[in-house]
Amino acid sequence: MQQLLGALVAIVLGVGACALYYFAANTILDLIFPFRDASPRAVRNQKISSVIRPWLFLGPALLVLGVYLVYPVFDSIRLSFYDRSGEEFVGLSNYVWAFGDTSFRSSIFNNLLWLIVVPALSTGFGLLIAYLTDRIWWGNIAKSLIFMPMAISFIGASVIWKFIYDYRSEGSTQIGLLNAIVEGLGFAPEAWITIPFWNNFFLMIILVWIQTGFAMVILSAALRGVPDETIEAAIIDGARGWQLFFYIMIPQIWGTIAVVWTTITILVLKVFDIVLAMTNGQWDTQVLANLMFDWMFRGGGDFGRGATIAVVIMIAVIPIMIWNIRRMNAEER
Amino acid sequence: MSGIAGQGRTGNGIVHIAVLVIVILWVMPTFGLLVSSLRDKDLLAVSGWWTALTTTERNEVGRANPPADQVEEAPVYVISGNLFEADGGAEVTRFGISIQDPEAFDAGTTADLKDGGTVTINPDGSYRLTSPEPFEGSRGQRLFYTAAFPPEFTLQNYEEVLSSEGIGQSFINSLTVAVPATIIPILIAAFAAYALAWMKFPGRALLLSVVVGLLVVPLQMSLIPLLKLYNDVGEIFGVPAKTYVGIWLAHTGFGMPLAIYLLRNYIRGLPGEIMESARIDGASDFDIFMRIVLPLSMPALAAFAIFQFLWVWNDLLVAMVFLSNSSDQLVLTGRLRELLGSRGGNWEILTASAFVSILVPVAVFFSLQRFLVRGLLAGSVKG
Repeated sequence: MQQLLGALVAIVLGVGACALYYFAANTILDLIFPFRDASPRAVRNQKISSVIRPWLFLGPALLVLGVYLVYPVFDSIRLSFYDRSGEEFVGLSNYVWAFGDTSFRSSIFNNLLWLIVVPALSTGFGLLIAYLTDRIWWGNIAKSLIFMPMAISFIGASVIWKFIYDYRSEGSTQIGLLNAIVEGLGFAPEAWITIPFWNNFFLMIILVWIQTGFAMVILSAALRGVPDETIEAAIIDGARGWQLFFYIMIPQIWGTIAVVWTTITILVLKVFDIVLAMTNGQWDTQVLANLMFDWMFRGGGDFGRGATIAVVIMIAVIPIMIWNIRRMNAEER
Repeated sequence: MSGIAGQGRTGNGIVHIAVLVIVILWVMPTFGLLVSSLRDKDLLAVSGWWTALTTTERNEVGRANPPADQVEEAPVYVISGNLFEADGGAEVTRFGISIQDPEAFDAGTTADLKDGGTVTINPDGSYRLTSPEPFEGSRGQRLFYTAAFPPEFTLQNYEEVLSSEGIGQSFINSLTVAVPATIIPILIAAFAAYALAWMKFPGRALLLSVVVGLLVVPLQMSLIPLLKLYNDVGEIFGVPAKTYVGIWLAHTGFGMPLAIYLLRNYIRGLPGEIMESARIDGASDFDIFMRIVLPLSMPALAAFAIFQFLWVWNDLLVAMVFLSNSSDQLVLTGRLRELLGSRGGNWEILTASAFVSILVPVAVFFSLQRFLVRGLLAGSVKG
């Protein structure tokens, strides 16, 4: 309870300090360069303060962005050329290590699998569900329920799915849903998350389960934005049902599909909680984000190798980053 | 496109069934977790959660009261009691006295024991053992029975995890992290968003590009440098490196690009004429922001607040790096991860803990979904 009180005090202090800063900075600026009177300097003062003021508004945000995101990016790149303690320059040897390391290579392979499967399935299911739910009166309720896993933490979702994959040896009662179904169909139960290669897919399902709702919500809005005229024209030309969907609607929402796909791609690259909770990289399920976390703390922490893996993740993100910036700039014009 | 070619919002049977199947698939995992967390832990360990929804028949082994409890009802000695501890509505159908034949007798009938004694077990679970000789030994007779158990739920697992497994404390820790980390960034981001939307200054386009770029920078890039920085700051000023203040600031930083981006998109869409006329009336940018822009931006602020709250509450990575493992700093996600390691087979503890941890975000989600959807759309499919 005392802690919550502390948190409340922090909110008041934090927000208060910010508010005070903005207010004081503005007042001081107005005092130094008054422009509301009719003095000959008013015009000049207004010009000066309109140059300074944006930076007063931006100041705290830039400071926070600088300390927590910009500086670390450069420092991580620097550290990737240093040894485990971050003190001795070692050139490219961390990168050489990485590409010779079996767990790094298997992480790259698994990450590629994740990058193909998760965005494809999430976007595909999302699109399908968006299309179907727009056709029924209780579509919004259905959407709401499918969207819900997005509110669940990766670790909470891992517990949920680990329970589904739970394995008891053959002959005892299965309490995991999947093995109960498998036994019901007359097959032998399996310890799903320990079967190399295929276990990756059992982990990916968790993220697909979470992300499909996101894809569905956005694609549903895009589908509704498809102009009626194009659909009417197609119907007059004889297009029906699935033809309408595939040849008329989808081509018009390619842009949105790309946005959804890339957003999920970014998330996939960063996801580590699911692997950590389900297998911690055992049975050939390691991914880069979990490997990086592992090296960050393993044996007191190897900052050089950890930073190297982070840089590899970053490199994978850069094409999407450039595409995003271009898209934004195009919209601004 | 409602009403086109009769495909309005009526759909056909196949669509209804397809959506229903998908919804069931999607809800089932969470529903199973909820049902399991409400079950008796002994049952949870031996039967699937789906069996808890209907009356189930199970073979059980019970033990009669020990011979010490016998009473003499001449000419026999009697031990009586009830197989069920509480009246849960369970009903015995068959019973037996040996493991080879646990369903030998109908409930309500009397079975003969080897040495001239008898056993009766009634459907309500009450039993009566008789013997011409006094019962001997220290343990009671084993009784095998088959009974139909109605669905039965209990809050016991929740009581246990909230008190002895530390979930209660972690809940408070999670709140302590999430609330300030949600509120503090809002004002900072709003001012920056206004500047990027409506103020003219050199470098604005570049700055906007930087923000959009930072939007996708993986968190992993920040962890090691910040861990070093926090350790250094802790050493120089003689304060602990892992503090709540530290994680509030970290979440503020990590949430900032999205906050600025979302709010800027929204503020940019506000009608410029209002601001222009206020400016002509002599209002400064500060006045315009505080009196016009901030009140009008409430929907966007709410959308971001929901995002940030869900993200911070559900975060594991940042908490593991910037907070310690001690019980006064371990958040729910971290605790859940620890339980997965230490109590991996105790599903009653895991399911109840997991449900406590998803309760708040799911409640936030359902009550504020409208804002969330609006925010998502503003962030992704603008223009």
